[in-house]
Amino acid sequence: MMSNSNEHFLERLRERFSGKLLDAHLHWGQITLELMPENLLEICLALREEKEFAFDQLSDVCGVDYLDYGKVDWETRDTTSTGFSRGVTEGVFGKEAITFPARFASVYHLLSLKHNRRLRLRCFIPSDPPKLSSVVDIWASANWFEREAFDLFGILFEGHPDLRRILTDYGFIGHPFRKDFPLEGNVEVRYDPDQKRVIYQPVTIENRVLVPRVIRDA
Amino acid sequence: MPEIKNMTLNFGPQHPAAHGVLRLVLEMDGEVIQRADPHIGLLHRGTEKLAESKPFNQSIGYMDRMDYLSMMCNEHAYVLAIEKLLGVTPPRRAQYIRVMFAEITRILNHVFWLAAHSLDCGAMTVFLYAFREREDLLDCYEAVSGTRMHATYFRPGGVYRDLPDMMPKYQASKWHSQEEVDEHNADRCGSLLDFIEAFTERFPGHVDEYETLLTDNRIWKQRTVGIGMISPERAIQLGFTGCMLRGSGVEWDLRRKQPYEVYSELDFDIPVGKEGDCYDRYLVHIEEMRQSNRIIRQCVEWLRANPGPVIHDDHKISPPRREDMKGDMESLIHHFKLFTEGYCVPAGEVYVPTEHPKGEFGVYLISDGANKPYRLKVRSAAFTHLSGINELVQGHMLADVVAVLSTLDIVFGEVDR
Repeated sequence: MMSNSNEHFLERLRERFSGKLLDAHLHWGQITLELMPENLLEICLALREEKEFAFDQLSDVCGVDYLDYGKVDWETRDTTSTGFSRGVTEGVFGKEAITFPARFASVYHLLSLKHNRRLRLRCFIPSDPPKLSSVVDIWASANWFEREAFDLFGILFEGHPDLRRILTDYGFIGHPFRKDFPLEGNVEVRYDPDQKRVIYQPVTIENRVLVPRVIRDA
Repeated sequence: MPEIKNMTLNFGPQHPAAHGVLRLVLEMDGEVIQRADPHIGLLHRGTEKLAESKPFNQSIGYMDRMDYLSMMCNEHAYVLAIEKLLGVTPPRRAQYIRVMFAEITRILNHVFWLAAHSLDCGAMTVFLYAFREREDLLDCYEAVSGTRMHATYFRPGGVYRDLPDMMPKYQASKWHSQEEVDEHNADRCGSLLDFIEAFTERFPGHVDEYETLLTDNRIWKQRTVGIGMISPERAIQLGFTGCMLRGSGVEWDLRRKQPYEVYSELDFDIPVGKEGDCYDRYLVHIEEMRQSNRIIRQCVEWLRANPGPVIHDDHKISPPRREDMKGDMESLIHHFKLFTEGYCVPAGEVYVPTEHPKGEFGVYLISDGANKPYRLKVRSAAFTHLSGINELVQGHMLADVVAVLSTLDIVFGEVDR
């Protein structure tokens, strides 16, 4: 795959889906199309059906939560008297305001075996709760990927035949990969010798951030 | 006339044929499967979330624990993703070493796959034979990284260190006499490359032994021919990759189609099946082992002829030499910064797919410019393969579920992440 042909292909995509894309760009030799939920199904169907695209396989669906994007524990440009102290407290500093059209996005990676080409679609989901159409009727492999994104991020896929949790425990509460879900979780399990069964209780451990998150412009 | 109802059968999560912790809820009509509903997640460790809380390099070790049968191949995709964002190309020697170990890992995985698959179908001997080869290859892992499984050997910018000049040897004990030990040590007198070369010489003969036991075996054929058939169109639609796709006759191998590292310079063939059943996938696996063996031989030859550095010399991302740190202030600072804070990766996102032994193993990495990943998503082949199991087993008998499960080559570390 030459970069020249990638640029050409990007132009072609812009032309074909003009007015329906928020953005289309090429970085590291990979093309990304950004779009809004209302155009998702139409664009996906065209990408699979039309011969010049022929994206016949969906490699991956990935939920993303952009809540903390660009935020760091430690201001590296100026000296501060607050912020990271002895690896225990987290201070949150913003870099520049990086705005996204929505907090949640669903990212699709498509593969065309015929043209040996890959494509990334990013669909921002502005609604609350995040909701968008399922692509399971277009690519059957979306089934479990969408269940995973629902489980971990709480993204609701309309038209999904069986939107159940997949990776977390039976009866789990919350969506663990959201940025506002604590790393150590909310509950822990242990065996209770008095009740003679396994019980849930609030977590007893405290998260210690040992390495602060920093952004340095080299 | 009594009323006959479908029976629901719970398979696993603690079942030797479930390949880890799979709970499979089967709806049966007599012996025939009507519907299979896998419940996964019993080994979910939140690796991707954990990676968000650590500097980039500290998650390499987690990658080993994804698919714990093909450890270095997991590292490979992760390391390639970081390198792509950093814009770093490792030295050629490092690329050859990585490819060689990726292929050693492929043999490790396929040998284990064959062992487990045949054991699930009732052939015990292959299992024992297979572990003989795994032992040698795990010794290579140990010689190069110090551990037999979770190597953490691939690093952004190259590999942890160069191949050793000597192999560890067995020692005589009260259970093993000196003569016995000398026999075991016969291949271990030279360097690691000598040991690997000796392995590649005897390995095709070992594959012949597996084939003698299985390929024309009537029982083996009865258990696998026509079981778990999938058409190429449906395999693509379900997201199948790797041997699952090639078994159905689609010639698709990322090492050839979208080459990374030095695969474009190496000579190897891509085997494909015809029918898309368990037997064809078995033949594809067998041939892939022979092809991997071929690649390893080419790498050994190149590595013998071309000494050189094995890691990028930018000490912002790779540690300086220990000796330099003793006298050079800058090296000391680099070392300190690298191991406390790590390095910042430019903002952006990449998806790096690799041809993992099980199929397409992709790492989708989003960085916001910090020293930790913003989001890491691992696209594992086994996850998609398992999601298609309902279609593969419908209409088959209960005993065939076991054959189909093991043909999928699933490992729960990777499915549940």
